[in-house]
Amino acid sequence: MTFEEKTALRKAFNDIPGTYVLTPEHSQKGYALNMFCMSLNKEENRSLFSEDEAEYLNRFDLSEEQKEAVLSRDYLRCLQLGGNIYYVFKIAIFDRRSMQYVGGKMSGVTEEEFRDMMLSGGRSIIGNRSKKEQNG
Amino acid sequence: MEDAPSLETDQRKNKMAKIVGGIGCSHVPAVGAASDFGKTKDGYWTPLFDALPEARAWIGGLKPDVVILVYNDHASAFSLELIPTFAIGTAELFKPADEGYGPRNVPDVHGHSALAWHIAESCIMDEFDLTIANHMDVDHGCTVPLTVFFDQPEAWPVKVIPVCVNVIQFPPPTANRCFNLGQAIQRAVESFPEDLRVVVAGTGGMSHQLQGERAGVVNTEFDLTYLDNLVYNNELNRTMSHLEFIREAGSEGIEMVMWQIMRGALNSEVEEKFRKYHVASSNTAFGIICLENKEE
Repeated sequence: MTFEEKTALRKAFNDIPGTYVLTPEHSQKGYALNMFCMSLNKEENRSLFSEDEAEYLNRFDLSEEQKEAVLSRDYLRCLQLGGNIYYVFKIAIFDRRSMQYVGGKMSGVTEEEFRDMMLSGGRSIIGNRSKKEQNG
Repeated sequence: MEDAPSLETDQRKNKMAKIVGGIGCSHVPAVGAASDFGKTKDGYWTPLFDALPEARAWIGGLKPDVVILVYNDHASAFSLELIPTFAIGTAELFKPADEGYGPRNVPDVHGHSALAWHIAESCIMDEFDLTIANHMDVDHGCTVPLTVFFDQPEAWPVKVIPVCVNVIQFPPPTANRCFNLGQAIQRAVESFPEDLRVVVAGTGGMSHQLQGERAGVVNTEFDLTYLDNLVYNNELNRTMSHLEFIREAGSEGIEMVMWQIMRGALNSEVEEKFRKYHVASSNTAFGIICLENKEE
């Protein structure tokens, strides 16, 4: 793969609306954030996090913005700051939130509305393939 | 004096392992949870679970000894610390992983070390450099398909060889690479001198996007075409780019590259035995397809 091909692919990914692909760049930005999320797989870490969230977060090398996004449960911001959904979802698991709640929160609807959208066939792909196409 | 081996034992000894079927199947965590928490009769879940007895009967009829289960780990056994593109589980035992809720209350997964090591050796000598995992907890990616295939037994009725594929960190392997690995797995299995009936399952998908403002994307037309093409024109699936999977089937729809490992492990001509497609289970279009080789 040439550098030009790689650049063209990044551009194409960026043209997909509301989608954050875990590219190498994204992964480097979000490494500490994602590894914090990963740590919540362990029961003892979940207890530590629940005792004092901010203090527990200080054990990881997160930026202030990333810490704020975690503490305020701003999942979308987490993704924008390098998070990947499978990692960030561990925060929601910690809060006993469903994937539909998280999907709703990221796309600006309630859990109920999100669930209803899924039952009626999901979010249509039509009009959601390309930002360029959306801005016509 | 030792007893002479019976004719039947003798025949079994002279036989090679054989791939008797292939399954493509979603591995939605909520499907596992619906089974674990007794919700399969709820209206939300009946369209899916009511279809499964037929698939389970077909799988049971194959009398499989081993399932090679291709799936992706979701930040459970692996993390961004270490990202094998392909890893094969060679252990005799795999424990259900704690994904944050505590481990799923399902039976432990028993491996088939001898066959797994043989596949690892054969594939590596065939230039597919698999990572060898002697210790690996298995998450919903592996255990939900087992629930779909076998319901809620005391113990899983088959040995399982988990094959783990990275589809989270970009770039995942291409669909073509997955297909070719499937062919190498077929060669490996068919050169294993034991009478074993082997099913290969490719899991994940179908169209879904869990993340971002586009969360909830489903592309039924894409999914149904992908299913049709698995049977009739897999060339189109095998050559599909990452970009097309992600744009058309959602960022997590890329998991469907893993079905290509299953497809590659079958002959070029296959017969469809069962299919169920349902929208939605949680945030995902659920699909299962059961395939058998046509006699060549």
